Amino acid sequence: MSRESSIFRIQNSKESFDGWLDRTLITLTHASSNSLQTGCWFKAIPMWKYTFKRLLAGVITVWFIATATFIAMHSVPGDPLLNDKAVSNEIRKNLEQRYGLDKPITQQYLIYMGNMLRGDFGISFTQQNRKVNDIIRDHFPVSAMLGVLAVCFAALGGVVWGALTAVYRNRLPDIIIMFLVILGISVPSFVFAALGQLLLVNINQFVGYSLIPVAGWGTVLHMLMPSLVLGLGTMALLTRLMRSSMLEVVNEDYIKTARAKGLSPLRIFVKHQLRNAILPVITVLGPQIAAITTGGFVVELVFAIPGLGRYFVQAVQQLDYTVIMGTTVFYGAFLVLMVILVDILYGFIDPRVRLQ
Amino acid sequence: MMRPNKGNKGTVYLILLWILSPMCLAEAVNYDRQSITIALTQEPPNLNTMRTTDLVSFFVLGHVMEGLTRYDARGRLVAGVAESWEIDDLEVTFHLRKNALWSDGRPVTAHDFLFAWQHIIDPASAAPYASIHYPILNAEAIHKGNKPVTALGVSAPDDLTLKVSLQNQCGYFLKLMAHAAFFPVRQDFFNRQHDRYAAEAENLLYNGPFELVSWVHDASLTMAKNPDYWDAGSIALHQIEVGYITADNRTRLNLFRNNGIALVRLDGETVKDAANQKLKVRTFVTGGVAFIRFNVTKGSPTENIHVRRAIQAVFDPELFVNRIMAIPGYKPAYTFFPSWLAGVDGKFQQEYPVAPVKIDERVGRELISSARRELSVNRIPQLVLLTVASPTGNKISEFLQGLLKSKLDIDLRIDSQTFKQYLAKSRNGEFDLLLSSWFPDFDDIMTYADLLGSGNPNNRGGYASEEYDKWLRLVQGATDQRVRMDAAAELQKIIIDEAMVLPMAETGSAYVQHHKLKGVVRRVLGADPDYTYARVVK
Repeated sequence: MSRESSIFRIQNSKESFDGWLDRTLITLTHASSNSLQTGCWFKAIPMWKYTFKRLLAGVITVWFIATATFIAMHSVPGDPLLNDKAVSNEIRKNLEQRYGLDKPITQQYLIYMGNMLRGDFGISFTQQNRKVNDIIRDHFPVSAMLGVLAVCFAALGGVVWGALTAVYRNRLPDIIIMFLVILGISVPSFVFAALGQLLLVNINQFVGYSLIPVAGWGTVLHMLMPSLVLGLGTMALLTRLMRSSMLEVVNEDYIKTARAKGLSPLRIFVKHQLRNAILPVITVLGPQIAAITTGGFVVELVFAIPGLGRYFVQAVQQLDYTVIMGTTVFYGAFLVLMVILVDILYGFIDPRVRLQ
Repeated sequence: MMRPNKGNKGTVYLILLWILSPMCLAEAVNYDRQSITIALTQEPPNLNTMRTTDLVSFFVLGHVMEGLTRYDARGRLVAGVAESWEIDDLEVTFHLRKNALWSDGRPVTAHDFLFAWQHIIDPASAAPYASIHYPILNAEAIHKGNKPVTALGVSAPDDLTLKVSLQNQCGYFLKLMAHAAFFPVRQDFFNRQHDRYAAEAENLLYNGPFELVSWVHDASLTMAKNPDYWDAGSIALHQIEVGYITADNRTRLNLFRNNGIALVRLDGETVKDAANQKLKVRTFVTGGVAFIRFNVTKGSPTENIHVRRAIQAVFDPELFVNRIMAIPGYKPAYTFFPSWLAGVDGKFQQEYPVAPVKIDERVGRELISSARRELSVNRIPQLVLLTVASPTGNKISEFLQGLLKSKLDIDLRIDSQTFKQYLAKSRNGEFDLLLSSWFPDFDDIMTYADLLGSGNPNNRGGYASEEYDKWLRLVQGATDQRVRMDAAAELQKIIIDEAMVLPMAETGSAYVQHHKLKGVVRRVLGADPDYTYARVVK
């Protein structure tokens, strides 16, 4: 659903790219003289107002995410204090008091929201000495690093493969790459992760020493395989996007002109086709970074990477209330922010999205 | 146009160094440095001895901390921080050694034990393991809020003497001293940390054979030999490096194959891989018991003894272990008291053996007929089996479903839940059969016998028998080991005759270990695997 709509938007922005600067300028001028515009049948909202509206909607979305998570979390049977070995009623009572779980649920909700507004996500139930804020601060950069690298792999691969398939349209390279693309979209990442790791084990055994570490975190070599595996799905997606975008560009008039001018095919490919076709790919990168950064649970598990994705999933299994809330709200806000950023950028690039 | 200059060269070297650095990183074992690298399945959730409850934390704490007693390389209980002790009826006096030091150089004193124990039993601390302290005088009353903390039967007349008064006689009190919940904590250090105690490596003091020198959450821990440890001469390893933390079994096996870690535990899947790769698979008994709890409260068909005994009559532990579990190290269980438990002189199981229940389908069907008559139904209603949603849990459930259907014509509905929901439902008695396992807290038959006592919160089937409780009190209270074990044998008989629970298997573990690593001790209790006395050979 979101993919479709983003592709749709990209098409719009591409069409209008040629004139985006003019339009932005016009809009800005209009915005400053908004009151004089009453005679016009359409008008654009001023940029600051548009941005403010988007941000407000974002805040409401995050509040909604927090509330929904809170309700869902408390409706699941069991609680974080349950353990393998049951404790006596006295200990149980003391524990509930310590964590404030003895209060009525509405009061817990208000206290939690109050703390959250102050930026305090509380203390983890499973790692009882760590603040959720610390957990996010320690582990999010790892996930982000992995995510950014994965997106780089995906973007680079997507552009190259996509362009190649377009150039060799309906010929053998196209068929092979598109087959791989379908594989990349349909095979889940834990399969690729396991295969990738096995490949590393065999490479290392072949060369006789640990050439590329099979798991762990710390150096750039540790990051290669996990980010490649994590980026594969997106790479496949971008390849398809790039291919269709390239095919559209091929038939444009300016390509014909370039050919008529007698430019070399390589120059046409790099300077005219690639540069114009790459725009839609760049525009989906923002949301993709967010999606990849939040979706690395399996890869983090298989490659023993201390990222936040593990906490995100394990907290739910362990019903670690504070960590569930902290990671969900944080990731929710992160995604919302990414979407808002893209929206605002569109507002600049294509004023039509700001029409009243 | 790029021209190489000095600055660029430096950058290139730096990048090269960065890329090449893993090559000189951790290897599984290193003889010259006497260091090993291992992996953990999860981040140690809590290294605060007064609050922790999980095995991963116990593993780390067992290497970096020490109680009054400890277990040696051959699994015997020996002196730890306490040099000697006297037991006089209800009084135990520990004499602490002078050269037991904290990692900041100050001596471990009796006050450190006093502080930790009072802290745990204080209801305000809400310590999950508080009830393990109940054998101490007034502990239970304090914990229930009926007496002040100062009433605890522990005193420190001087720095090196700790006097403990017991509530009742307790045959296993010395063994309890090796448990993390009885480790010392130094008050001034604890107070200085506020709520940061045990949050990072530097927020803890160590008095064990090793000390934690670095801890990167969810990524790595480094335990280095503690040069001030009183028995440092017996410790060969200089460093235990936890290089990886992941729950993925296959990743850990891959790390082992790549010479990245020195020991790895195998599950049902990876054990096949290891065998295929011709690795030498070792096994040991982990001390737990896998069993089925029956719901014996009103309304459940399993309240009827014939139903329970019918299931007992068709369940073959040997077939179960060999065909269904199929993990080397598991053993069929015919009694609820596992084979490692001590009896009077030797092992309990050898001194009080049980005849395996005869597996007989005909007996099972007859029992079901009498159950139908007693319940006055045409057919035993569908039973609900509650289990944790895991590959092993599902495998066992499906086996039981097939078994009950084919042998007894009983329908079994499998209720597969996530762990927390499984716990919640089992505590509310929302099951007829409950797939369970139990791992010991201390080295005594009580750790199992107590589980079916009528007041135990872990007695989830709701079994309550005065007869059982009577013998149980004797096992707990008597000092004569013979009397205790005779009483335990009575309990064993009741459990089997009444089919209170159905023991299935003694848990085991299969693992592979680096051939240059020697002296690793596998333990049923405390830190396992125990690398304290391990060494790397050439």
